[in-house]
Amino acid sequence: MGDEKALVDDASAMRMLTVRTADQITMLAASDQWTAPNAASLDRMIGAVLARPSLRNVTLDMSGIERIDSYGAWEISRLERELSARGGKLQILALPEQYGGLLRAVEQAAELADKVPSQPRKEFTGLSAIGQRMSNYSRGFILLLNMVGAVCAAAFRAMLKPSTFRFTSTVHQLDRVGWQAIPIILLITFLIGSIIAQQGFFHFRKFGADDYVVDMVGILILREIGVLIVAIMVAGRSGSSYTAELGSMKMREEIDALRTMGFDPVDVLILPRILALVIALPLLTFIGSMSALYGGEIVAWLYGGMSPDIFVARLKEAISMTHFKVGMIKAPFMAFVIGIVACTEGLKVGGSAESLGLRTTSSVVTSIFLVIVLDGLFAVFFASIGM
Amino acid sequence: MTMASSSNEPVISVRDLTVGFRDRTVLDHLSLDVRPGEIIGLVGGSGSGKSVLLRTIIGLLPKQSGSIEVFGRDVDHVDDQARRALQRRCGVLFQNGALYSSLTVMQNVQFPMREFLHLPEYLLDEIAATKLAMVGLSRLDANKLPSELSGGMTKRVAMARALALDPEVVFLDEPTSGLDPISAGDFDSLIRTLQQTLGLTVFMITHDLNSLHTVCDRIAVLADGKIVADGPLSAMLASEHPWVKSYFRGQRGRMLEPSRQQLSG
Repeated sequence: MGDEKALVDDASAMRMLTVRTADQITMLAASDQWTAPNAASLDRMIGAVLARPSLRNVTLDMSGIERIDSYGAWEISRLERELSARGGKLQILALPEQYGGLLRAVEQAAELADKVPSQPRKEFTGLSAIGQRMSNYSRGFILLLNMVGAVCAAAFRAMLKPSTFRFTSTVHQLDRVGWQAIPIILLITFLIGSIIAQQGFFHFRKFGADDYVVDMVGILILREIGVLIVAIMVAGRSGSSYTAELGSMKMREEIDALRTMGFDPVDVLILPRILALVIALPLLTFIGSMSALYGGEIVAWLYGGMSPDIFVARLKEAISMTHFKVGMIKAPFMAFVIGIVACTEGLKVGGSAESLGLRTTSSVVTSIFLVIVLDGLFAVFFASIGM
Repeated sequence: MTMASSSNEPVISVRDLTVGFRDRTVLDHLSLDVRPGEIIGLVGGSGSGKSVLLRTIIGLLPKQSGSIEVFGRDVDHVDDQARRALQRRCGVLFQNGALYSSLTVMQNVQFPMREFLHLPEYLLDEIAATKLAMVGLSRLDANKLPSELSGGMTKRVAMARALALDPEVVFLDEPTSGLDPISAGDFDSLIRTLQQTLGLTVFMITHDLNSLHTVCDRIAVLADGKIVADGPLSAMLASEHPWVKSYFRGQRGRMLEPSRQQLSG
């Protein structure tokens, strides 16, 4: 008999297949288990055998085999296909009969799998990704406008026919986004107010301008910080929960179920949510601003040595109704933007858990971004009308 | 056939199993053997604890008392590594497929292979495509996401994934529910073919009288937390247990009538 070569540097692979060559016929003797745990070694071994370009006719002796599963059967069918592609032939000897069916089934399946080509690779992937992204952005913008239109239409419908308005749902949402948000809003705005006051005293003291800390705290909080902090908190707290709720309802076909029963999801789900936000955010802004002023006052008293009486008196001189109005006017618009973004993103959720996470992130990021952009636009607007 | 089938030891042996939630006992001192190479069908009313039994056997639910042996090893007395090795020898098809929603069909089937076997990428693709072809899906479906599949396709993909590591036992939780009769029939013959070619032991929960009739070698009936009847279809038709009687000889069970005559005649 002929030579026995070490084909691969792998003891377990060597155990599974030994090669002998005699009279231009290659004899392969299979042994051990041709199963899933050994598949990687076996694949390397078969690959090494097939690497000989002269290989044509092969006899595979299966008498030493302990066990085959579909991985082993696939390797046999691979050997067979590659040999026949070269014009050779595989002869299988002494295959235990219970594996005949398995081998045939795998051969058929592998042939079937081969026939259907996999999808062609896409060209210019980098360029198409940029185009895809741009078109996604513009489509996203159109969807936002679409949602604004749908919500306005739903609001008009509700005004014309108040009986269709979901009052209970609105109150429930108001409880969730308004009432339940109060403790955290109070805490955060209180801290922000205190920090602003502390920084003010620390730096203004150098110029002996302690008194002007009150002006800064009052104007900054009423005009900008109060509403901005509260809007960002609400976007993170309520916007994300709107997106996740609507998204999982979309995933489980609940929204389709609503449609088939003749309800418009905008009427039933979205209008109450957005309306609740539009009502809650100004109230939260008011509460938050007061809490921030209170924080400033406490710091002024304990850290700056300014008694509360003087603080309040200074505050009366420093701020006017205008400052208060500027802050409060912005609140409902910001609430509207947060609500529109959250609901649009929620309805964009597809079938997968991943897309739910993606949409929730995108909802929070987009709404915070738009809130800040809106704040900038308002600043320009109020400056030009002299408020 | 597999090694397990060469001996006649039961593949799964459940003894005196009790499982309950709070004050409600679902399985009450239940015993059941699954023999190698057979297809056993578990039937029982809705809420009778079929899925609880399946989930307890595969280790997803804790049991209160009793023992479960899988491949002759008591699952309470094996270390984590041995338990994982046992789990690799079992494949599970969940009722709703439980496909990973963010992975494509191909990736779903490759997932267990990728984790447990260190195979080159082309081999993963080829083996997964072969498995998909074995359950009757083509490469064109391979890049779809689970949300784009029909109910029947979802079940097929779930089957391909359950078979990914060439398990010796597969657990099927209502494999044909929600399929039209033709698809259900196809799925039944698929189970039968796979069982014969791969030498599988199949443990299936089903409500489908046709499946019970055409595929199952043995039927076990779960009622009142126990196995109340166990045997081939003829034994079910002869049983005097009231639930078994109304199930197999009730309105819908009548369609088995001709076969009953054949069996008795």
